[in-house]
Amino acid sequence: MIVKPQTYTFGESESDALKLRCGSTLRNVSIEFETYGTLNEAKSNAILVCHALTGSAHAAGKHSEDDRKPGWWDSMIGPGKAFDTDKYFLVCSNILGSCYGTTGPTSINPDTNKPYNLDFPMITVADMVDTQHRLMQHLEITKWLSVAGGSLGGMQALQWAVTYPDAVHSVMPIATTPMLSPQSIAFDWVGREAVMSDSNFKNGEYTKDALPETGLSISRMLAHITYLSEAGMREKFGRRLQEMDEYNFEFTHNFQIESYLRYQGSQFVNRFDANAYLYITRAMDYFNLSMEDPEGKLENVLDKATASFLIISFSSDWLFPPYQSMEIVKALMKCRREVTYCEIESDYGHDAFLLEDDTLGDMVRNFLKTQEACY
Amino acid sequence: MTELDYMLNTKPDIQAIYDSIPEGSRVLDLGCGDGSLLELLRDKKNCKVQGIDRDQAEVMKCIAKGIPVIQTNLDQGLSYFQDKSFDYVILGLTFQQIRQPHKLLFEMVRVSNFSIVSVFNLGYIKTRFQIFFGGIMPVNKRLPYEWYNTPNLHLGTEKDFCTMCEKESFQISSTKRISRSSDFLTNTFPNLFAEICIFTISG
Repeated sequence: MIVKPQTYTFGESESDALKLRCGSTLRNVSIEFETYGTLNEAKSNAILVCHALTGSAHAAGKHSEDDRKPGWWDSMIGPGKAFDTDKYFLVCSNILGSCYGTTGPTSINPDTNKPYNLDFPMITVADMVDTQHRLMQHLEITKWLSVAGGSLGGMQALQWAVTYPDAVHSVMPIATTPMLSPQSIAFDWVGREAVMSDSNFKNGEYTKDALPETGLSISRMLAHITYLSEAGMREKFGRRLQEMDEYNFEFTHNFQIESYLRYQGSQFVNRFDANAYLYITRAMDYFNLSMEDPEGKLENVLDKATASFLIISFSSDWLFPPYQSMEIVKALMKCRREVTYCEIESDYGHDAFLLEDDTLGDMVRNFLKTQEACY
Repeated sequence: MTELDYMLNTKPDIQAIYDSIPEGSRVLDLGCGDGSLLELLRDKKNCKVQGIDRDQAEVMKCIAKGIPVIQTNLDQGLSYFQDKSFDYVILGLTFQQIRQPHKLLFEMVRVSNFSIVSVFNLGYIKTRFQIFFGGIMPVNKRLPYEWYNTPNLHLGTEKDFCTMCEKESFQISSTKRISRSSDFLTNTFPNLFAEICIFTISG
């Protein structure tokens, strides 16, 4: 499947600008997006796929035959796959604040004609969803058959269900949480501290030839640990050594896990912007769905949702553990809603939502089939 | 063979439970398995249904049928359901596998208007014979497990169940019995001739 990224820009006038939760407004907002499959005449087969922290609009297929890797959820999206592009029309857009085509801190500030960097306003998950809603209007879709996503993508799916209840028929929040736990906020804090204390960071005004590489790669390595599980790491790496038969009695990487993390960190600095990383992790920290109720009750917030829910967690996910998904289930039960919840047995940790495509695929496929029937 | 016929063969208490639930009820099935009872209730009696099961393969089958299902262990209780949020809660032949079944029953009574509980009757004449003459724990088609590998923690007799209800103040509003003997024998000596009892508890 060869796909082409597209762009939609809005907010040139003050009245059309994007109003953010922090009080600021954004002009000239660009959204990078991709679509797969064909929108039917009734426009009843559209599905929005939301990506996680460092993902992009490139969810499936390849941009050219020579691409080394397909999109980030290619195992799930395509002809005959769980999100069957022969039947459904899929949309995936890059989130607000990111660095893959949608407006973010690397974009040009129309007021100064220079990149925003740290002048970029603070964004929230709700702002990301508002942006996607503008794209939805542009595509002339009135109701998504489903909004699906893992991790931060799952938070967006939840936000969609309560902010635009009439625009979503069903949602699939996967490996996610209704609010970030103090542990997750802690990891985000340390990650940002690493970036901001890099001497190249220069208050966000770093240059292309002197990026805050050390800080960003430490941040990524730390985050990567939280995406795996203890059992998964033991299985994948054990205490095996990398390219040596004995310890070298130096501080260079000896173990496979060390070499793996180092690789992940070094790859990341080439593909992600440090400022974007700060903004998006902050948006995640601020995510707390129950805050939308004056009494702080999640059930009062979810009571606004009319969509059918398929909630999925993974047994070894310790970043957003199953109990957090269960909080959503419990709140929906209090609203006397019908819910489907599954805790998939997996050793892959938080990353399981990208790896357990057999089990996840069957669930998604069957759920979509029944949702189609009652759209 | 219709789907209902098939289910009756595999799950003998299903017909009695199905018949006990009026049209349009809001029903929660604890240990709903593949969701086929709920599917029938939804499709034929227009019920609003919700299932709970701990087994992933069963949950998958429910999803395929469009039956809303929560994958969780019943030993965790029903604390997140509000009082009287269901018309009926069903616990079909699972009672004996719960760690503290009477506590679950309290919860069922709290969240529903009626609880339907079906149980094996170990007082049934054939199982009594196995214990009395064979000197072994009963093993049969419905209780196929050996004593050392059974998931059934709390097998009892119909009399045991009624005694528990009296002691714990559960109001049994009706009882149905599955038996191969005549109605006269079964209703006169239920603890001897009923194989399975289906209790409806109100409260």
